[in-house]
Amino acid sequence: MKYFKIFSLICLSLTLFTACSGDDTPRRVVAEEVITTMTVTLTPTEGGTDITLKSQDLDGDGPNPPVLTVSGDLAAGVAYNGSIELLNETESPAEDITEEVEELSDEHQFFFTVSGGLDASTTYSNFDNNSNPLGTKLILTAGAASSGSITFTLRHEPKKPNNGTLADAAGETDIDATFDVTIN
Amino acid sequence: MRIVLILLLSSSVLCYSQDCTSNLSGKVLDLHDGKPLAEALLVLAGTNISVETDSKGKFSIKGLCDRSYSIQVAHPSCSTKIFSVKVNGNSTRNFKLEHHLEEFNEITVTGKAFNEKSKTITNARISRAEIERLSSGSLGDALNKISGVSALSTGNAILKPLINGLHSSRVVTINNGVRMQDQEWGAEHAPNIDINVADNITLVKGAGALQFGGDAIGGVIIAESAKAPVKDTIFGKTIISGLSNGQGGTVTTRFTKSTEKGLSFAVQGTLKRFGDFETPDYVLSNTGLFERNASFNIALNKFNYTLEAYYSIFKNEIGILRASHVGGAQDQVTAIGSDRPLIVNPFTYDINSPKQDVTHHLARLKATKLFDGLGKLSFQYDFQINRRLEFDIRRGNDRDRASLDLKLVTHSVALDLDTDLSDHTGLKVGLLGRFQDNTADPNTGVRRLIPDYTRYDLGIYGILDHSLNDNLILELGGRFDYSNLDVFKFYRTSLWESRGYDQLFQDIVVEEFESQILANPKLTFNNVSATAGLNYTMNDDYNLLFNYSLAARAPNASELFSEGLHHSASRIEIGDLRFTPEVGHKVGATLKKQGSKFNFSINPFVNLINDFVLIEPTEVQQTIRGNFQVWEYRQTDARLIGVDFDFSYDFTDHFNFTHQSSLVKGHDRTLDRPLINMPPVETKNEIVYTNKKMKNLRIALQSQYVFRQNEFPNNNFEVFIPELGTSEIVDVSTPPDAYHLMNFNSSVDVNVSKASILTIGLTVNNLLDTSYRNYLNRLRYYADDLGRNFLISLKFNY
Repeated sequence: MKYFKIFSLICLSLTLFTACSGDDTPRRVVAEEVITTMTVTLTPTEGGTDITLKSQDLDGDGPNPPVLTVSGDLAAGVAYNGSIELLNETESPAEDITEEVEELSDEHQFFFTVSGGLDASTTYSNFDNNSNPLGTKLILTAGAASSGSITFTLRHEPKKPNNGTLADAAGETDIDATFDVTIN
Repeated sequence: MRIVLILLLSSSVLCYSQDCTSNLSGKVLDLHDGKPLAEALLVLAGTNISVETDSKGKFSIKGLCDRSYSIQVAHPSCSTKIFSVKVNGNSTRNFKLEHHLEEFNEITVTGKAFNEKSKTITNARISRAEIERLSSGSLGDALNKISGVSALSTGNAILKPLINGLHSSRVVTINNGVRMQDQEWGAEHAPNIDINVADNITLVKGAGALQFGGDAIGGVIIAESAKAPVKDTIFGKTIISGLSNGQGGTVTTRFTKSTEKGLSFAVQGTLKRFGDFETPDYVLSNTGLFERNASFNIALNKFNYTLEAYYSIFKNEIGILRASHVGGAQDQVTAIGSDRPLIVNPFTYDINSPKQDVTHHLARLKATKLFDGLGKLSFQYDFQINRRLEFDIRRGNDRDRASLDLKLVTHSVALDLDTDLSDHTGLKVGLLGRFQDNTADPNTGVRRLIPDYTRYDLGIYGILDHSLNDNLILELGGRFDYSNLDVFKFYRTSLWESRGYDQLFQDIVVEEFESQILANPKLTFNNVSATAGLNYTMNDDYNLLFNYSLAARAPNASELFSEGLHHSASRIEIGDLRFTPEVGHKVGATLKKQGSKFNFSINPFVNLINDFVLIEPTEVQQTIRGNFQVWEYRQTDARLIGVDFDFSYDFTDHFNFTHQSSLVKGHDRTLDRPLINMPPVETKNEIVYTNKKMKNLRIALQSQYVFRQNEFPNNNFEVFIPELGTSEIVDVSTPPDAYHLMNFNSSVDVNVSKASILTIGLTVNNLLDTSYRNYLNRLRYYADDLGRNFLISLKFNY
């Protein structure tokens, strides 16, 4: 019984010691793999001013909605080379997530959805290691003058190859941004 | 069942001139709680007849004459008593014994086993035999056997007990005398307890058992190991089970050594391994399970004091259905709209992300001493570490990094005194002190779901029971709890401002960063809880219990501090710093009959809960990842009304029929609409055939019918689908259809040697391979529930 008492006392004193520590201020976590910003730069193949479509959501899944900006209207009948840049701007300097997506091209794919009467079409200009579409590079061809919207969706771990629709590809949505666009 | 009927002399000698063909049957029961006493010896004075009761406390004496007998009833842990019985034809009579001597023994390993729980609330029990049949399952599976208990589940392996509609922090789990501190606030956090540790599981449906805490608005689950006998012996038990669904199994073993001097040692271990489970039509990809548990116990059990040390480790890795991990609302539309999960891979034992990996250490030191004229004093210190890792689908180098890494360390000390103020009055009083430290590891690279905090608790209680007369027991109890939380939390600046915290709580800001604010909330809660009840023994068979309980629960860390995206639910969850404790008033009554053939119990209740904390959708939030539904915790006034009904009838010595049904209706009184996640009406019917003579054969066929839940809040919302150019409804509310399951269970005993028995069991769950979805399964949107499952088990007692 004596041993037992001693044992209990040791345990109790251990309790008290641990109870007195741990008042340090915790370290801040800067979310590492979030994507806060997507910039689609559309460069006219025949020269001219770049058009940029940008979605920026600095508070991630916080209450503020993403801020969408479209730098200008597209020109009818013009083909644009598109390039997509993904950034994590919660870190400083901002981390370029595009590189990561391109490195892991097998498990990512962008989808471009034109809707609401916009006369435009898209094709993929870059592909993964299995020659399935990736889409961080694209060609956007503006048709006749019209207005509507274009949605950029990045899926993580979609079914590859797929039939090109979001429904068939499944996976998880990493980016989903819809821009209102006008073709003049 | 083990009836020993010894007729030393031929009955013809005794009943020379009368017609002696009458039978006397009945039960021997504990005077305090009506619990049957097995192995009680009944001796008929003036004859040589003696019989022993079976495991249900039943006895039967044949060939008696119609006259009065004196019967001496003795039980190893009770004072022997002599009763006078008049036999007239086939008679029944129950005997009650004062169950006192046992207390000294019971404290060996189990704590004060049966006297510790409420006297005026039905204590529902799960026997060792039932636990052994469920060896490969979880605590949630076992509790499902009790009427009024269902499980809020996340897939088939994570089962959260739901008692009369309440779960998580409202349900307290006691593992071998220790209140589990295993981050029980989370609806997808199953209790970290190996069912094979327990020999007895008791459920108190309500907060009346104040010695365990004043905040168990739902109820208390008490799992206990058996006491080691005080004699020189060594025994063990091994159960091996193999399951077809999941293509895995469980091995559990326990070994106990004890001596006549009261020293005992027990060691126990369990290993569980399953691959992907299956529905009737497809594989549930990434639903494997790997569980490893062990426990050790050393105890010294003397007549007037006991010492005990106990340690257990529980480690569980559970895969979460891959297809349940979806992005925003658009992904949800696709996933819910599809009949099959969107990801179905070939069967594998691999457990990938998303998954949970939980380790729980529990250590306890306990000493009790019996003081003359004072009672039994016990001191307990327990120490727990709960480490919870949750892995999400992540990209690149982060793939194998946990998204959530919480470590909760708890120390508790408790001092309890159990005393008798008089022959009729018992008193239990106690003090509790607890310190808790929660650390969320920032190395996950993901913002903390639950912040770092320290918490101090102080509790004091007293429970008085008084026998007003032979038939009526009055129970009164009160408890006071103080808790203090010291929290360091990083808020998103945008959230801090949108909720108006910048106006309300500017004084707790420690530091402001670019997009985050470090705040130091210090919260104090003072809670009062109480219970009052009556236990009326109407006659030998009927018992009426009545209880009122007042319970108060301080809001938990998740309710106060949640902030962010919850992947498995595909929703943003937000807590509120301003919450006050929720206060429940529960009134329950139980009428029960315990006869020799026919038993029933009916238990209606009303539970009114003020400032009930619930989580509910409020809006749809746009993010760069798409739209997410925002679920905010809020407080409301809730009302739960229900009834649990149990019925059993022995047709013959071999056939027994049992019926269980339960109903609960939950209502949000503030918004005047149904509460979410209330269990649908359920009814279970079982017919069991047992035959002692045929190797203890047991065959059971069970039918389980679950009705559709027709009362639910409509939380559906619309989301724009660019491909379709239209908005679609995301149906997260509509409950699935009713379903009916058939289960089969059988076992036989084989004597291997003198001291060893092998029990062979065959079980088939979901016999008809029915496809169904369960309203209370959080993954019901994405996949069906389990298909047919064959289970073979071998139990070896030695």
